[in-house]
Amino acid sequence: MSSAAFIVIAVLTLAAALAAATLPKLIHAALSFAIAFVGVAAFYFLLGAEFVGLVQVFVYIGAVAVLIVFTILLTRRDPEKDRGFNWGGVVIALAVFGGLLWSIFETPALAVLAPTIKPLTVKQIGLTLMTDYIWPLQCVGLVLTAALIGALILVIEEKS
Amino acid sequence: MTPTLQLFLIISAALFCVGLLAALSRRHAIFILIGIEIMLAAAGLNFIAFWRFAPPPHQPTGVMVAIFAIAIAAAEAAVGLALVIAVYRNYRTTNVDELDQLKG
Repeated sequence: MSSAAFIVIAVLTLAAALAAATLPKLIHAALSFAIAFVGVAAFYFLLGAEFVGLVQVFVYIGAVAVLIVFTILLTRRDPEKDRGFNWGGVVIALAVFGGLLWSIFETPALAVLAPTIKPLTVKQIGLTLMTDYIWPLQCVGLVLTAALIGALILVIEEKS
Repeated sequence: MTPTLQLFLIISAALFCVGLLAALSRRHAIFILIGIEIMLAAAGLNFIAFWRFAPPPHQPTGVMVAIFAIAIAAAEAAVGLALVIAVYRNYRTTNVDELDQLKG
């Protein structure tokens, strides 16, 4: 795990996430959101979880970002007159960040280096999913089906 | 200097707080959804970091939880964006400050 790659990915991810949170135009924010998720996927690759990184790219950049862009296009006639920014949110976010930093630095067991591990293969992940995690897998399938049907019912046009 | 677990947790905490900032301080419903997605990604990053830095008998638990979290986040995004479209169709706005019909 090289520190140069870590610094580059960290700066890219945080800058893109901050841009997604603060840019006034919605479509720019959606594109920064996609870049931030490329950064998170790069972190997964750096940590040795290549399969999760690939799933992240497929699901977030391939599906969620496209969904967000389509929603922006469908609701575009909304006048974006309110560019107001609620500064109370900034204060709360900074307070939460301070609390998290304090608890991270107060825990000495976290200052460890990564042990050398055997790479986790896709075959191994598939076997674990199909044996130990079969119930969660079925439940997630049910949740996804229910969410798909629910989303369709929500946006269906009522003929009057 | 190679990155320690602490550094990954700090990055993840910063990412979480950026998401919290977007969810709390923007008034457009899609920005709030983007903030929630960023917070979920920060949680997933934490799971993977703890899995990678765990001491030897190695179980793939962190990876499994991260995969399930991504699936749940995708379902949440689909339903959330469908709600935004349905609200826009009925009220012609996506500003969450104007949706105050339940206020007493």
